[in-house]
Amino acid sequence: MPIEVEGKTFETDEEGYLANINDWEPGVATVMSKEDDLELTDEHWDIINYLREYYEEYQIAPAVRVLTKAVGKKFGKDKGNSKYLYGLFPYGPAKQACRYAGLPKPTGCV
Amino acid sequence: MSETIKNFLYLNRRAPYGTIYAWESLEVVLIGAAFDQDVSLAFLDDGVFQLTKGQDTAAVGMKNFSPTYAALGDYEVKKVYIEKESLEERGLSLDDLQHLTWEDEDDDYAEKDSIHLVTRAEMAAIMDGADVVFSF
Repeated sequence: MPIEVEGKTFETDEEGYLANINDWEPGVATVMSKEDDLELTDEHWDIINYLREYYEEYQIAPAVRVLTKAVGKKFGKDKGNSKYLYGLFPYGPAKQACRYAGLPKPTGCV
Repeated sequence: MSETIKNFLYLNRRAPYGTIYAWESLEVVLIGAAFDQDVSLAFLDDGVFQLTKGQDTAAVGMKNFSPTYAALGDYEVKKVYIEKESLEERGLSLDDLQHLTWEDEDDDYAEKDSIHLVTRAEMAAIMDGADVVFSF
């Protein structure tokens, strides 16, 4: 179902992932999070921006295990665990954070 | 975990574009690595072209997935074997290929080389020693 952001329409696939990663703008994440009744904090944006940087560099969305390790290294050991990431994104970092970031579903995520 | 960790070897023998083999192989490798298996990759025959630097796919209309090989280290894939004869037969050397590394957490995140140049005879021994071999 397409989503509306400030009057603009963005195409998504049947699971709600953005059809074209290059269309993304921060408003997309804000609108998607509102639909999930989630308020995005700086901590959420750290993860969303990191996912976009990762995709930019490697052309893939990282597996959860890879993301967890990288978050620990970049933002502090206390944050490098799935409890922290699931605390931020209750539906899972892959399903929720990648979707907000406009990325395709991570490889290996079923 | 009591599960046995098997040693998986993925053989990459074809040029990166024109067929879907190279990309499919890379996806399977990334999925396999996410399940804590012992994964190694081998590049031989035209497969050595998969790792060449400076790929530009604009004219063939396929996604340039060569940056994804650099993520292999994040997925704990630390063994990438390149066959020396295959490189030489195509007028290539290791300098024409990407430099792949992995970070050793137990050694203060030191970057270590993933790529190992091996001869055809050594490659045969590596295949022989693998529990499971996938050929792409």
